[in-house]
Amino acid sequence: MIRLFANANYDFIKWRRWAYGLTAAIIIPGFALFLVHGLNYSIEFTGGTLIQVQTTQPVGTDRLRAALDAAGIRDAEIKQFGTPTDYVVTARLGTGGVTAEGSTQATAAAVDSALARGVGAGQYAIVRTETFHDILTTIAFIRYLDLEVSLVVVGAVLTMVGYSLNDTIIIFDRVRENLRKYRRQNLYEILNLSINETLPRSVLTHGTTMATTLALVLLAGEVLRPFALVMTFAIFTGTFSSIYIAAPLLMYIEKRWPGQDARGARAFRPTGAVPLDAPRPPSPPAPGGSRSKAAV
Amino acid sequence: MFYTVRSRLITIGIVLALSIWALIPTNTTQRVRDAATGRMKDTTIRRVPINLGLDLQGGIHLALEVDQSKGPVPDAAEAIRRAERVVRTRIDEFGVTEPVVQVVGNNRLIVELAGEKDPARAKSVIQRTAYLEFRITDMKNLFRDALPEVDKALRQAGIKPAGQAAAAASVTQLFGADTGAGKGRRAKGKPAAKDTSDVNAPGALSSLLFQGQLPGEYLVPEEQVPVAESLLARPDVRRLMPRGIELEWGNEVSSRAARSYRALYAVEDRPIITGEELQDARATRDPLTNQSVVNFVLSRRGGRIFERETGRHVQDYMAIILDGRVQGQPPIIKGQIGQHGQIELGAKPLQEAQDLALVLKAGALPAPLTIIEERTIGPSLGKDSITDGIHAGIVGVALVILIMVVYYRWSGALAVSALTLYVLFTLAGLAAFGFTLTLPGLAGLVLSVGIAVDANVLIFERIREELQHGKLVRTAVDEGFTHAMSAIIDSNVSTALTAFILYLVGTGPVQGFAITLIIGIAASMVTAIFVVRTFYMIWLERRPDMATLSV
Repeated sequence: MIRLFANANYDFIKWRRWAYGLTAAIIIPGFALFLVHGLNYSIEFTGGTLIQVQTTQPVGTDRLRAALDAAGIRDAEIKQFGTPTDYVVTARLGTGGVTAEGSTQATAAAVDSALARGVGAGQYAIVRTETFHDILTTIAFIRYLDLEVSLVVVGAVLTMVGYSLNDTIIIFDRVRENLRKYRRQNLYEILNLSINETLPRSVLTHGTTMATTLALVLLAGEVLRPFALVMTFAIFTGTFSSIYIAAPLLMYIEKRWPGQDARGARAFRPTGAVPLDAPRPPSPPAPGGSRSKAAV
Repeated sequence: MFYTVRSRLITIGIVLALSIWALIPTNTTQRVRDAATGRMKDTTIRRVPINLGLDLQGGIHLALEVDQSKGPVPDAAEAIRRAERVVRTRIDEFGVTEPVVQVVGNNRLIVELAGEKDPARAKSVIQRTAYLEFRITDMKNLFRDALPEVDKALRQAGIKPAGQAAAAASVTQLFGADTGAGKGRRAKGKPAAKDTSDVNAPGALSSLLFQGQLPGEYLVPEEQVPVAESLLARPDVRRLMPRGIELEWGNEVSSRAARSYRALYAVEDRPIITGEELQDARATRDPLTNQSVVNFVLSRRGGRIFERETGRHVQDYMAIILDGRVQGQPPIIKGQIGQHGQIELGAKPLQEAQDLALVLKAGALPAPLTIIEERTIGPSLGKDSITDGIHAGIVGVALVILIMVVYYRWSGALAVSALTLYVLFTLAGLAAFGFTLTLPGLAGLVLSVGIAVDANVLIFERIREELQHGKLVRTAVDEGFTHAMSAIIDSNVSTALTAFILYLVGTGPVQGFAITLIIGIAASMVTAIFVVRTFYMIWLERRPDMATLSV
């Protein structure tokens, strides 16, 4: 039986400040670039003309360019992809685009309000911050690779938000369970424990998802590549944010506005009394087979 | 209800049968225009009931918006809704198969013609779908009289007649051809160039224009059209334009003596009537004269206006202008016309009359539309995209299977066999919703396979944990499913909720994406929990004494 990260016991939360730094290192330059250059919007947003053509024999972009110039179409972008006979010609209008952007904004706002109603205020704050983080890092990523933002890529970002949310819910579900189960640990330890316990699941699910996105990146052709790349990156940033944005935020909220069992307020580091590596929660398979002592 | 293996298997069997039934290729009937006769006819095609999107099938995609550049349109949303209806009828009549005509947002119209073999024709159909107006041509030749002034202004601006020698040659050539053809009626008016040459050398603008056969009609050599357009767009030229007169290009190119000319019409800037007042237009053949005619009906209000206006303009020429292009040659107004009018096309084929009738009907738009986005996807590329997508899908799914089987062994194999059901259910769901499979949809489907095993991973990990705690196989399986359930349901319900909201507020592609997501979630819940559980039940029933579980 292959087991990955079984009984893992990493102190994830300890590294949270490094994680903030890493996030900032990704977001800040990327966002600065985004503010300066904007994004490479597809014609769904800018308006214009896109023609996918396949020629019977390779003609070369120069000749296509000449033909377009003769037809009075200037500033068209000619991209060759796949075989030497496939071309995409894009002529951007540069105006318009208000509708597509507007509907994207409206959609985002609606999802946001649905989230606010769907989950509690505390969780909502967490989910929102996390989503914000995910979207910011993804924008930075798109900017670094200068990917073309089409509706498909917007779709990828939406999937990614859902996927990252899934991840957080799985971890928080475990946190809720462990809070009931282990009465003596503080939130720091509970969070670490829950992340560690769900680690095999995370590795497996992200592994299978990554397998499909990488197959899409490598094989599915030029049209889907931006979508697949964004999804691949999103798996990383979504997992990262579930661990390093959502979990510390929960600790912060519990510290600032303590809940009914104000364990978050007690300590932000492993307590001296109960060392984390003590044979406590993920107890190795005891020969006696007795269940963990904690009440469920 | 689902406590026995038997009832569970029956349920799975029913869902499976329904899915297969939804995916069986059926005969569909399509109305297409027969290329030879121009008539509509029904053809029957056998195919799988999942529509392939534009990007997979090839075709053209157009986005249109209400043109507000010439002044605000009072109710753009209403205008675009009316435009949608008009565009739809128009496309249907032209026989494009399964067109998508959809209003997106408040002022955008999406037209998708999947599998369209002749993009140019289909595009011209849409492009002609625009703002219709009837205007009287420049009967007093105000524009021609203004030409010397314009030429003078251009000369002062330092613009020399472009290719003067060539232009001069073309004058004689044109008239040689005209008179030589002996038609006579062609050269009714005096050429503009000749008029101005009395004053000075041929001007920059007038050297490009040749008087056509009607008042206000000018002919411009096809290759000089861009030059003429740029000259006419100059602010100093526009200032000199006579009051109440505008210039509109014709839609047809006529050729004479091996050169082609485009018509330029000087028309009154005030339409006597617009497409708003037009209710119907039909092409028929006059039984007495055997001429092609187009009969049109105006609204009552339009009829009154038209009666008054045509009464004032008997013997004048009336340009039919659609989207800023004069359609054909302006017909003469023979007498006062009320609510019912007729346009005679003479000996021209009935097809042309039908096209004009369509133009009139389509022109019944309250506001002009512009094409803001246009995509043309070749059918062969669509085929390549499908092949690539399927290759990527096969590799991706194979990797998922490999990971699951290597990691979870027999249990993994159970999950994988449930996965085949998942794909089948999802496709059936898509077919049942009449969903169009696009390239992103295909990618989403492949991706969803990777995500679909998540529920199984959660369950298996839980079972492993329970086994680790020393539980018996049977208990471990039971508890694994029960304990994993809350996490699975929490995460899936939240995703489904988001997807549902997306469906409610989203449009077009976003909606399609939301539907794929919801169907995928439902299918993965059914297969990962219900089907895999059933498999476990069968397995444990056969091996009641199983001590270790292959998980």
